[in-house]
Amino acid sequence: MMLSSTADNLFWMARYMERSENTARLLTGLYHMSLLPARRGTQTGLWEGLFQTEEERSHFLSKYDTFKTDPVLTYMVLDRDNASSIRSCVWSARENVRATRHVLTTDMWETVNSTWLDIAQVTYADMQDMGHHDFLEWIKTRSHLFRGVAHGTMRRGDAYDFWRMGVFIERAENTIRLLAARAHTFKPTGPASRPDTATLDYYQWGTLLRSVNAYKAYREIYKSQIDPRRVVELLTLNPEIPRSVMACVEETSEILQGLRPRSRAYEQAADLLNRLQAARIDRIYRTGMARFLEDYRGGLHDLSLQIQKDFLMIQ
Amino acid sequence: MHAGDGDIRSAYRDYSAWLTEQSMDRLRQKHEQADLLFRRLGITFTVYGEDEGGERLIPFDVIPRILSHDEWAILERGAIQRVDALNAFLHDIYHDQEIIRAGIVPAELVMTNEAFQPQMLGLDLPQRVYAHVSGVDVVRVDDKTFYVLEDNVRTPSGVSYMLENRETMMRLFPDLFAQSVVAPVDRYPEYLLRSLQAVAPPGVDDPTVVLMTPGQYNSAYFEHAFLAMEMGIELVEGRDLFVDSGSIFMRTTEGPKRVDVIYRRVDDGFIDPLAFKPDSALGVPGMLSVVRSGRVTVCNAMGTGVADDKAMYCFVPDMIRFYLGEEPVLQNVPTYSCRKPDDLKYVLDNIAELVVKEVHGSGGYGMLVGPKATKAECDDFKKRLKAEPDNYIAQPTLALSTCPTLVEEGIAPRHVDLRPYVLSGEKTRVMPGGLTRVALKPGSLVVNSSQGGGTKDTWVLEAPVIAEEE
Repeated sequence: MMLSSTADNLFWMARYMERSENTARLLTGLYHMSLLPARRGTQTGLWEGLFQTEEERSHFLSKYDTFKTDPVLTYMVLDRDNASSIRSCVWSARENVRATRHVLTTDMWETVNSTWLDIAQVTYADMQDMGHHDFLEWIKTRSHLFRGVAHGTMRRGDAYDFWRMGVFIERAENTIRLLAARAHTFKPTGPASRPDTATLDYYQWGTLLRSVNAYKAYREIYKSQIDPRRVVELLTLNPEIPRSVMACVEETSEILQGLRPRSRAYEQAADLLNRLQAARIDRIYRTGMARFLEDYRGGLHDLSLQIQKDFLMIQ
Repeated sequence: MHAGDGDIRSAYRDYSAWLTEQSMDRLRQKHEQADLLFRRLGITFTVYGEDEGGERLIPFDVIPRILSHDEWAILERGAIQRVDALNAFLHDIYHDQEIIRAGIVPAELVMTNEAFQPQMLGLDLPQRVYAHVSGVDVVRVDDKTFYVLEDNVRTPSGVSYMLENRETMMRLFPDLFAQSVVAPVDRYPEYLLRSLQAVAPPGVDDPTVVLMTPGQYNSAYFEHAFLAMEMGIELVEGRDLFVDSGSIFMRTTEGPKRVDVIYRRVDDGFIDPLAFKPDSALGVPGMLSVVRSGRVTVCNAMGTGVADDKAMYCFVPDMIRFYLGEEPVLQNVPTYSCRKPDDLKYVLDNIAELVVKEVHGSGGYGMLVGPKATKAECDDFKKRLKAEPDNYIAQPTLALSTCPTLVEEGIAPRHVDLRPYVLSGEKTRVMPGGLTRVALKPGSLVVNSSQGGGTKDTWVLEAPVIAEEE
């Protein structure tokens, strides 16, 4: 048993912390691509792809001139006016921890608070000194540390469950977002990869796999060249990959079953899981990648809302 | 630190020997380390109106304030006596008002007091306790004499500093604690919970106790979260609670759960928007009716503020005599009530020697320290006094004791006061220690954190033979 408002804070604390890590992963991938020989001169298009809605574009352009590495990284990492910058996410995570520190361990609080105290001081010049790669790696490590501290110190109870649920929902949404950003490059039929696009596929999808730590797993499982279709299969349907949609939905469903098997939220999670288990990559290809991803993005969104309604709502 | 004749007071003898062996560099380094520890633990207070950066540290001094066992014995007895009398007074004025009938306290001082809550009249509280947590601010003027500066029986704060200052000192100077016999304070949360459980509504076996906070942007939020965590109870805001069929419930992930005791750190006026401030979002609509029916206990009770008013302060020694039949152990600072014409005349004539305070003020705002003020400031205050004499009291400046303190120039004496925390439930007890506040500016008498004061750890040395308690 715990206060609904506390559970709500824990859920969001987890999501913001996870989001800061996911953004760091995404930016690391793009940064590496921006350095590739094939990419020289087309840097702008690469970064511009980060801004998918008109609103996001115009918010960015109200402060910066062009979609180049420096302004985009400043905006995505340190800008306090950008509610989804890494700095803002760490701040929100920290504020949610601050509101619930009485149910969390001291080590958890100290971890997130010292991350915040560090990032609050950082300027773009500091980031350049340290190197973009190392800085983003540091963010990832702080998130790993927080997760490890939580895992190693939290009492197995409701607080622990709501924290984990936040992690899995955020992670699943992120994986879908990553794939959706590439969805337009798929063709409904035809060979997996034509020779002339193989190199680009390799870089793009390889980077994507690396950004979710699934590159080695891909090699082990498929023992073949990078095929977009298989990347999608791995990251949506394979329960062994911790950042796959399947793994995240499985965990969420299990937690909800333990919390309250008669809740609508659990029904929805179980339904989502069943659909994923029944899905086959070939069929997904035929019906269209974009539609498949949009379906599950919507499903996860509804599930998140239902969790809030069932457990977290403050009337 | 020094007795009148220049000798080092006995309580400081061991510490002083240790201190002389320390280099300034080491002390400064420990000082910086303490700052880091506090910042990392988030022991900060919020400065209103600032954004992300609005979290400040209260300066912490690494040199402790030390009280001997004998000094503490006096203080402990006096603080318990004082709080017992205040609780008896509160019970009395919300029942038969015998102290008014006896002509000791003037009726109008009680009935027209803003903090007086007519809704509390006739209500019988568990254990007859109104102030479950009290802070008695004292200063030591000589070996055996403590003066009470003010009583705090509304929602006194600062106890987390007592606990965290000790924690920090033990981390920084483990060697010191190995050689001194410092009385521990870390059982405070346990005793607090025990006091709160002891005042649960009659018939409730295993009471659910919660701590109610105005929220995470309140300046004392750290303390609220800290105490809730230490006691293992829920930290709630008004939005987490609701009234249903005559009881108070909190919203949980498993549905509503009844609440029996609320340790509230929200002011009277914000508890129930139906009864008090309609525009307040902090409270719980209908809570007052549940309090009145006795189905929930609010700690401290509503309406305790009438007892710690600066105007009521003058009567506390009489309360002790009236209710307990004892002579006060702790002295009141001689106080001039400007509402009395003779006192007002004295204050106007001697303003440069006096400290003038607003009756309802707090936090060191709206006060004049005569010896430190310019003539213009004194004249300005005289005008205010003449315009609203009822609003002011005045006291002589005291020869406050000082304590060695690490400052820019090195180690120098600075004025200190002390707030021991008194818990009342099935019995009244004081933790051996308290919050020592120190005025960091040379010669300054103002110790409030909002005015640049700092804090110190407070050591009470145990008696040579430690008696087993309970």
